[in-house]
Amino acid sequence: MYGLGMVRGMGVTFKNLVLPSRQFAVQYPNRKISLFELAKENDTDVVSFAINNPVQAIKALAGFVEVPVRLPQHSRFRGEEFTWYEQRCTGCASCAKFCPLGIIKIVTDTSGKYEQDGGKYDIEVFDIDIGRCMFCGLCVQACPYDALHMGSGFEEGVYRRDDLVIDVERLKAAPKKPSTWYRPQIESQNFDPQSDDMREYLDVGRHERPSQDQQVDRWAKR
Amino acid sequence: MAIKTEPITINMGPQHPSTHGVFRLRVTFDGEVVVDVEPVFGYLHRGTEKLAEERTYVQIVTLTDRLDYTASMSNNLAYVRSVEKLGGIEVPERAQYLRVICAELQRIASHFVSIGFMLQELGAFGTPLMYCFRERERILDLFEMLCGARITLSYMRPGGLIQDAPEDFWPALGILMESMPEYIDDLEGLVTSNEIVLARTRDVGIISPELAVNGSVTGPMLRASGVQWDLRKANPYEVYDRLEFDVPIGYQGDTYDRYLVRVQEMRESVRIIEQCIKQIPGGAIQSEAPFFVRPPVGDVYDAIEAPKGELGFYLVSDGGISPYRCKIRAPSFINLTVLRDMLVGWKLADLVVIFGSTDVVLGEVDR
Repeated sequence: MYGLGMVRGMGVTFKNLVLPSRQFAVQYPNRKISLFELAKENDTDVVSFAINNPVQAIKALAGFVEVPVRLPQHSRFRGEEFTWYEQRCTGCASCAKFCPLGIIKIVTDTSGKYEQDGGKYDIEVFDIDIGRCMFCGLCVQACPYDALHMGSGFEEGVYRRDDLVIDVERLKAAPKKPSTWYRPQIESQNFDPQSDDMREYLDVGRHERPSQDQQVDRWAKR
Repeated sequence: MAIKTEPITINMGPQHPSTHGVFRLRVTFDGEVVVDVEPVFGYLHRGTEKLAEERTYVQIVTLTDRLDYTASMSNNLAYVRSVEKLGGIEVPERAQYLRVICAELQRIASHFVSIGFMLQELGAFGTPLMYCFRERERILDLFEMLCGARITLSYMRPGGLIQDAPEDFWPALGILMESMPEYIDDLEGLVTSNEIVLARTRDVGIISPELAVNGSVTGPMLRASGVQWDLRKANPYEVYDRLEFDVPIGYQGDTYDRYLVRVQEMRESVRIIEQCIKQIPGGAIQSEAPFFVRPPVGDVYDAIEAPKGELGFYLVSDGGISPYRCKIRAPSFINLTVLRDMLVGWKLADLVVIFGSTDVVLGEVDR
């Protein structure tokens, strides 16, 4: 019968309109919130919340209250703001060498204070030009000491190109929320960069930290 | 009384909503009928082959992501297979299975994009495309679990994969593969028997089998013309010889057949992935290949069946850490050789549909 195909198509549309398992739409970046949810977020019941905040309650009833939504993302997400641990970095510049675009700039000082302390260079400049970065993660793969990790942020736009160059001070000050990409030791700890907890430099290594006796065995008694 | 008409030449593109990117068609019309077509491309040329000559073998993986940006996994696979053949690098069995799973997931995603945009150009504005993209998003979520990115993946390395799949990948893949046939049914219910689609696509833009073979057309376009040629069957790479699947072919070679072949290929991909989930062994994911791969002097050509057709890499090594020459056989570029034969004689509105059914991605055409 002519027209049957369109009826079938409308059937598919209706099925997707009604079935709750087919509802994939997420409101982003803000989501409207009802009065019940708003009271629940403030740890009160609806009546006491409405008495204490009548303006907010009326707004919520009219549908004007919005809360930000964070889209779910996997902990392996390769994102902005590299996590860098200065205690682990020796300044070997493997990351700079392996970067396909050559956007990492490292200047080290060999006469520095760390020289006797395990052969570590003093890092003067560590610039990552994130405006040209394509987040391939080769620098993170290259790092032999697990000092550099991918971050987990996105939507971190700025107004000037100069602000996209991450220097060593910004890397030091950045929140230590490493992505678990190519870092199975963090992934095995079920670390979630979306949560509030951070990782110190002792917890992100690929190997266990040697004990005092092991260090003595390895270095003093050789 | 016959009216005397003058042919008129129109530039369609490079910025046109129904070209899949920056592609220009210089079309000569007689009235509304196409009499001549001259494709003009190169607007998206980034010099991938030249850039590859000064990158190391692992760094080129990131360049291949940007060839066919709807099918990055397939590009990665084709490239790393060439390097492995050149350097004689072994790949663990688990990595091979996981590569096949990734390539087939990417084939489903790429065909969704292709079908969605073909229907968009047909005039079904938005609705089928949104259905296609909804399912594609779930596949991209799986890729994010594997390698942390959704489009530019860089997941494969010479000698295996960058890292093993996380624990929560396997249940998510199982759920998606259970529901995927239902999604494809939804898409078919919307489109396959729709009278407007049938009227606009049946017997439109026919490629005869002889023309397809002579024009080196590969992939779903070739199989829609009735030629049974699939590199997964003809020259099984990775673990395809252990898997059971059919190669769908069309019988006429028109736009509708190209659509149907793509839909059937998605169903076959689901079958392949389900077998892979059952068969996948444990073990290592990466063989001991150094970061700076130094293959011996020589040249190699290796091709895989990408979603668009035969994607091959020809690498020449001079023994150094980067290739002397890297030539890419891009399927969408070579599938455009029959464009003129397909388009001449059809009307302006059909031109858009036929061009959409060829499933070109300009990142791969211009490279």
